[in-house]
Amino acid sequence: MLSRVADSLYWMSRNFERADHAARVLEATYGLILNPAKVSTEERWFRAVSSLAPGVASNGLNPQLSLFLLVADLEGSFSIVKCISEARENARQVREEISSEMWEQLNRMFHEINSAELQADDDAGAMRLVGLVREGSYRFHGITDTTMNHDEGWHFIQLGEYIERACNLSILLDAYFSVGKRANDLDWMGLLTSCTAFEAYCKACTAELKPERIADFILLKPEFPYSVRYSVDRMHDALTSIGNLSLSRRTGKIDRLIGRLRSTVAYVQIGDVIRGDFHRYLTGIIDQCRDLHAAVHEVYIDYPIEVAFET
Amino acid sequence: MIIDTDASDHSAEQAFRRYELNGAYDEMFHTVDHPRKQYRQLYAQLLTLGAGELRRSKQEADQSFFNQGITFNVYGSEKGTERIFPHDLLPRIITAAEWEIIERGLTQRITALNLFLQDVYHEAKILEDGVVPGNIVYSCKHYRREMRGIKVPRNVYVTVVGTDLIRNPAGNFVVLEDNLRVPSGVSYMLTSRRVMKQIFPALFRKCRVRPIEQYSQALLSTLRSLAPEGRSEPTVVLLTPGAYNSAYFEHAYLARQMGIELVEGRDLLVHDNVVYMRTTFGLQRVDVIYRRIDDDYLDPLVFEHDSALGAVGLFNAYRAGNIAFANALGTGVADDKAIYSYVPKMIRYYLNQDPILENVETLLMSDSAQRDHVCQKLDQYVVKAVGGSGGYGMLIGPHSTQQERAEMRQRILAEPRNYVAQPTINLSTAPCFVDGTIEPRHVDLRPYVLYGENITIVPGGLTRVALRKGSLVVNSSQGGGSKDTWVLQN
Repeated sequence: MLSRVADSLYWMSRNFERADHAARVLEATYGLILNPAKVSTEERWFRAVSSLAPGVASNGLNPQLSLFLLVADLEGSFSIVKCISEARENARQVREEISSEMWEQLNRMFHEINSAELQADDDAGAMRLVGLVREGSYRFHGITDTTMNHDEGWHFIQLGEYIERACNLSILLDAYFSVGKRANDLDWMGLLTSCTAFEAYCKACTAELKPERIADFILLKPEFPYSVRYSVDRMHDALTSIGNLSLSRRTGKIDRLIGRLRSTVAYVQIGDVIRGDFHRYLTGIIDQCRDLHAAVHEVYIDYPIEVAFET
Repeated sequence: MIIDTDASDHSAEQAFRRYELNGAYDEMFHTVDHPRKQYRQLYAQLLTLGAGELRRSKQEADQSFFNQGITFNVYGSEKGTERIFPHDLLPRIITAAEWEIIERGLTQRITALNLFLQDVYHEAKILEDGVVPGNIVYSCKHYRREMRGIKVPRNVYVTVVGTDLIRNPAGNFVVLEDNLRVPSGVSYMLTSRRVMKQIFPALFRKCRVRPIEQYSQALLSTLRSLAPEGRSEPTVVLLTPGAYNSAYFEHAYLARQMGIELVEGRDLLVHDNVVYMRTTFGLQRVDVIYRRIDDDYLDPLVFEHDSALGAVGLFNAYRAGNIAFANALGTGVADDKAIYSYVPKMIRYYLNQDPILENVETLLMSDSAQRDHVCQKLDQYVVKAVGGSGGYGMLIGPHSTQQERAEMRQRILAEPRNYVAQPTINLSTAPCFVDGTIEPRHVDLRPYVLYGENITIVPGGLTRVALRKGSLVVNSSQGGGSKDTWVLQN
């Protein structure tokens, strides 16, 4: 497979996952601010904005404006509309690689949300778009898994999706646990809902909302698709398949990095990490994902010529 | 869906009530109500169908084009940059005897043009013998000095050719233009055939239409035949300028049909004069490039220095014989419209034969007597830029305004070498389904010629239609559309 094509598929998937994640978080957080609580509205928005749009100064931003910015702002690189447009643009470059059903679904979503022409004070309108993205995303994932060959291109799509998800979940956990002491049950429900984890959590751990158990569930639960552990396992699967297919002899670094990341989330006790420096632990996961991304780029996408000619 | 079953539609008077012959050769009718033999099946079918049924078929065809994503990109519009290619429902039919002449004529012409290219980039005998004036060749913008003395695989310069033919009022096919650089449109020929088969299956069987579906295989084996020596399993790629190019659909379509990689310049790199593409497996050697990029943008080291569409070092790899391009570089010199007027002489010079397909009479504006003559009678001529394509910058005298003619006169006087004039030719007309009735529209014909180990012409081509009433401009960029072209079995 051409490196450029693999790169486009990977980014299509990352951009799509980013939009999907933002939609989930906004849906959960929008529900939260309708309740009066000890943690003020602004702080909740700060939490959402800082987890979705790192680096954006959100102190003093009013909730409506930040909702608008996160959904429909075309200037910044974080809004849902922007991410879907980027994903569609990535897909457009490789239309022959993906199935026509995938293209049609992505294209339809793009046109639906792009033609909405949202006003800055239209909460309900913004949430309608968020709903469209959530629905569309289920369809897109279903179509991708059922209409495309599960070969190299599909594995790059998987890799992009789960590397993005692992990072996003870590950032989100960090945002919630940084205000951990002042958070109440409703906030924890918000966190779980942001990861579509509420029902799954209740099934596994009952409705008793204990921060440590919640962290355990979203971080370390290997069976739950929106956990960091699950995402890392899928990254590992994708990288192994790509490595086997490409017969590359240069995957050593990737193997080491994914192995280390797996052990970071597989061989820890939640009590130890949460009582230790949890923030550092979570940023450590994000840094490892970043290294992995760079290593994949170096081995498969933009390798130096000298390396390519080594025998 | 509303199905129109108005009974009054079912009569010849209704279906053809707006069909007026205007002195041009009509593809379907000798005279009104007397269809030519090859069109009788279609005529009978049209009389029984009625407008409602035709409209439904038209919708079905459009939907099918849309679903398959058979679109072209419109430059300069932000939203909805993809449109379906306008398509007319009624086929254009060519008899076996007519096709036999076209096939022989094109083979002869392409052979001579290829010999001409081989000659001007080597000994230039034809110039020495005074058959074609040297100054016209050397002043051509598309003449590539860099190609002098370079041996191209099999001495084939023009691998893929789309020659534009028109039918004059006497009913003979004549050559309007040779497209020897990167002719496009073949994907519309192939996809429109597929759609037409769904819509008129019975008619296909009755008419005995020759197949064209083998085009992609023929193209691939033609490209493979150009591979450098010793490369028995050559890697062929299609080089596209990218998703923003107006013909991107065609590039992607052909690559998929041939099962070859669709690459962009940034996927390629040259090392020790060997071309590679960057894959996740590592670098993979490339042997033949079917390039859909103009010469100018192929290699920034040699041509346009700021182009990012090609790859650095491609030309050196070419010179070293490690890569084949289709088409070769520098072929534009032979489709220059001033040089076009010498093609009949080339045929006599190289092949010692009379041309089978005639040229359209062409006046060179670099010739002062011809220039004076044309400038006085601009309203009777079509004036074209010699290197132009797509119908841009063209003046159609009889349909022009005083001001357009004045502007053109000035442009001619400023750069006489850059223009040629041809008498306005009444292109033949063919029936088209427009606004619920059948009306005549002007058409041309672009068959596709493949030249590798031997010359292959699939029986068919792209019939382009000037969809605006009375218009003589068939280019898709100027309101043109296409029709399926049926060449009949003997």
